[in-house]
Amino acid sequence: MSSRSPFTSRYSRRQIAKTAAAAAVGGVVLGGVSFPHAFAQATPAAGEAELEIFSWWTTAGEAAGLEELFKAFTASNPGVKIVNAAVAGGAGSNAQAALQTRLSANQPPDSWQSHPGAELKARYVDPGYTVAIDDLYTEQDWDSVFPEGVINLITIDGQKQLVPVGVHRGNVMFYNKDLLSKNGIEVSDDWTMDDYFKAADTLKAAGVPALALGSKDTFAVVQLFENTLLAALGPDDFTKVWTGEVGWDDDRVTTAIENLAKYFDSVNSDHAALTWDGAADEVYAGKAAFTSMGDWLYGDATAKGKQDSIGWVNHPGTGGSFVAVIDGFTMPKGAPHPVNAKNWLITCGSKEAQTAFAPHKGAIPARSDADASGFNDYMKWSAAAFGKDAVVPSLAHGSAASPQFQSSVNDAIVSFIVDLDVETFQQALVDAQADAQ
Amino acid sequence: MAQGALERPAARTASPRRRLVPERLLSPLILAPSVIALFVFVYGFIGLTFWVSLSNWKTPKRDLSLIQPLWETYHRLFTTTRFQIDIRNSIIFTIFFLIGSVGVGLLLAIALDQAIPARGLIRNVFLFPYALSFVVTGVAWRWIFNPDSGITLLMDHLGVNWLLARFGTGPIRVDWLISPRVLGDIPMPDAVKAQIGIPVALIPVIIAAVWQLSGFAMAMYLAGLGTISNDIREAAALDGASLYRTYRDIIIPLLKPITISVLIILGHISLKIFDLVFAMSGKGPGFATDVPGIFVFEQTFGANKYNLGAAASIVMLALIAVVIVPYLARSLREVER
Amino acid sequence: MSAVLRPLSSRPRRRLTGRRIILAAVLAIAILFYLMPMYVMVVSGLKDATDVSIDQMWSLPKSLSAGGFAEAWRQLSPNLGQSFLLVIPATIISSLLGAINGYLFSKWRFRGSEVIFALVLFGMFIPYQSILIPLVQFLNKIGLYGSIPGLIVVHVVYGIPITTLIFRNYFANIPYEIVEAARIDGAGLWQIFRQIMLPLSLPAFVVVGIFQFTNIWNEFLFGLTIITNPRQQPVTVALNNLSGSFSVSWNVVMAGAVIAALPTLIIYVLLGRFFIRGMLAGSMKG
Repeated sequence: MSSRSPFTSRYSRRQIAKTAAAAAVGGVVLGGVSFPHAFAQATPAAGEAELEIFSWWTTAGEAAGLEELFKAFTASNPGVKIVNAAVAGGAGSNAQAALQTRLSANQPPDSWQSHPGAELKARYVDPGYTVAIDDLYTEQDWDSVFPEGVINLITIDGQKQLVPVGVHRGNVMFYNKDLLSKNGIEVSDDWTMDDYFKAADTLKAAGVPALALGSKDTFAVVQLFENTLLAALGPDDFTKVWTGEVGWDDDRVTTAIENLAKYFDSVNSDHAALTWDGAADEVYAGKAAFTSMGDWLYGDATAKGKQDSIGWVNHPGTGGSFVAVIDGFTMPKGAPHPVNAKNWLITCGSKEAQTAFAPHKGAIPARSDADASGFNDYMKWSAAAFGKDAVVPSLAHGSAASPQFQSSVNDAIVSFIVDLDVETFQQALVDAQADAQ
Repeated sequence: MAQGALERPAARTASPRRRLVPERLLSPLILAPSVIALFVFVYGFIGLTFWVSLSNWKTPKRDLSLIQPLWETYHRLFTTTRFQIDIRNSIIFTIFFLIGSVGVGLLLAIALDQAIPARGLIRNVFLFPYALSFVVTGVAWRWIFNPDSGITLLMDHLGVNWLLARFGTGPIRVDWLISPRVLGDIPMPDAVKAQIGIPVALIPVIIAAVWQLSGFAMAMYLAGLGTISNDIREAAALDGASLYRTYRDIIIPLLKPITISVLIILGHISLKIFDLVFAMSGKGPGFATDVPGIFVFEQTFGANKYNLGAAASIVMLALIAVVIVPYLARSLREVER
Repeated sequence: MSAVLRPLSSRPRRRLTGRRIILAAVLAIAILFYLMPMYVMVVSGLKDATDVSIDQMWSLPKSLSAGGFAEAWRQLSPNLGQSFLLVIPATIISSLLGAINGYLFSKWRFRGSEVIFALVLFGMFIPYQSILIPLVQFLNKIGLYGSIPGLIVVHVVYGIPITTLIFRNYFANIPYEIVEAARIDGAGLWQIFRQIMLPLSLPAFVVVGIFQFTNIWNEFLFGLTIITNPRQQPVTVALNNLSGSFSVSWNVVMAGAVIAALPTLIIYVLLGRFFIRGMLAGSMKG
């Protein structure tokens, strides 16, 4: 057998060398063009010249709200470069993966976004990734400024672990004003589930799906479920069902699940392909009447210029309750830039920053002394409710139950969407509770 | 080319050569760093993962104590409907993906084996998808299979739906990606809670994967076809064999080693698949496109059930090993001749 | 030698037989199918923000402009640079390692080397999700977590099995007599490598180089979890961020996808034929 490879006999070595060289040069040129950019960001400066903030706020309204916080920080801390380490995709799952690997490797950012309650405790406090900030609260006199319900949620095992920035309401039904008036449907804060189903029948007869659902986002369906559960249990027992004092096999839970199934009688046919904001688009366009979503939807509508086409009301049967979805920032243990990190939290807790942040995101400021004069109509309604309603934690957003329980519920919901089997779902809830002990 | 390329070493060093290290130790010594690195990065980490799968670690707080009874987590894993669905999806995906890629790859290679103009250009067209990242293509394919646009819209533009309307049938609406339907239902013992059939939503994913990787199979087959000497083809022609028979009875059997290589390489890629499904459809309606790769990702970082995630990855590894180890053993034996 | 490459039907007559019509039709349909997704990406990338939406996905852009490319370039160019910083060293190092290892495994065997080779090869098949957490913690212990060098090390190590395999198969086709003759002449291990093997191994380097460049460039999971600063992440991760983020419109996302794919596409255009020729030279067989 000849030792000449067929390859080199067909192309002279010079030809090969020339092509390879061309490719290499091309690669270097292309790399060189983008090099300056790479180098400019590649090496983070040492010392306190930077602040790295981690979140998954990447939708239009969220990103704008985050920008406001950055602006407020820069106003009082000029010369500090803010690194926006936001990670998109997977409805936060990419971000969770990135954050958790960082934390397990002891390389935290200077702060990250978190919800209070169970998620804060299980993911960050128990493994020791955060530092208690009771001192900061005393120093900034925050104890008198945040409502008691909020303080309770951010206190884990007796210590304060989060600075809340904005409060979202989770039990809101947004609707297309035209569609409702055209079909003679009226809603009010004390309307019930039966009222809703009656309206749904009317809409269905008129050929319009009553509910726009984006079930590609599992949390949207979980929200729908917990709001329906809230309607069935009332705020006190709703809080108890997470601690186990009220069992998941309760009859009222069965009723809630049956109602959940009933929504699907009049729902948009493409819900499996839509995310929550795709479903919102359908309401803006009048292709569906209602959508159940937290009030960041209002931020989304504002960013798209559609806020005038929608109205809002609390979820049927949940008048008097406020499902609180609170966004806050943590103080990491071993923050790379501790001084900046502390100043960041001070900014987050400040009146000015919170007032600027809230409208973009569709939230109300967590501080009860925030300047309400700039509130838009939605925020006024939400703030009023927050002031008098019973505040309850949310499952869909990590406050009510641990990540384990939440994951089990997520999986059970994915199956439920397809088979609408009440019994299986209820059993899955019972099992999840037992499992999470 | 080899003759004359070797410079006489005598002028450079004196002989007999005095070496720092006896020559027969040189080889293992040079290989050592790579081997050690791999032992840490592969076997060490797999060992750690295996330990985690047997541990109590199911919250973000690390807990490496062993769970009692030891098989508890694995038992839970296999009785979880979702994981059963994942295994079903993985097997269905692998089978159809391999058939598709090998089949299409072989056909394209044979087509390109004929004398056609611009062969190089056409070959590049088929090879291009292989150069792309799954993340990139997942987004494009998600659009293509979107039920309200994508293929449906294309049918509209091409007038196909208009034609169908004339015939009285409904328009073509491809809503596979959001459909939770499972075709078929093979009866299984009660312990199997998943419906055993072909999930419709998996079909677009299979199509996307075949599109992307069949070019690789084609390239392998093209290389193989090139080594089949012309004498064989001419002898077959002389014997009066038609082109079809020549391919079927002579050439394709000669390509068997390539087929096996392609099956091994593509097979293990498909059992590990994550990026494409993640970017294209996520877990899908009713877990129709959920695969073990996504399950591991979600259990580890979403639910923080580290032991469950680790157990699932060990199962993934075992599935792959079942395919790979016989191949490795066989090639090992072949060498020892 | 070139006779090996002449296909069967290269006979003088080129009639338009039915068979050739079918062949042409099949190829035409295949070409359309293969180009379809890239058409969607490029066309969408060239549209203006107001023009691009999912129900317009098949139509050509209404006006000729840079579309989303300008904004996509602005967002992705730092990450493009990072990808180059990652891929070029990683490819070069893992190719060299593979060449050395492949040479040793094929020409300088010792007792147990085949078993070790099989163990090395198995590393190619593990699912990366399985070792993510231990990997990250180990990288952190040795101080390589969160940086491009760390990611380079990871890709080099996990690239050892496949590069070694390709080179080993390639060198196996070079008869041992040559090595033997050189050894009789008094040449040592390194000399034989430098002066005989390396000059012969260009096709294998091309195959390995293309293979590794593509794999490392397109890799997502490690890039996401090992590099934490989004500005330093490879372009694949940045693109995923872009497509998951609703504050950019689709023309930017699609343009970004095209930009992220360009380097590997260019490599395939320039070197694709060598890829196949290299495989032809035996480096990928069984």
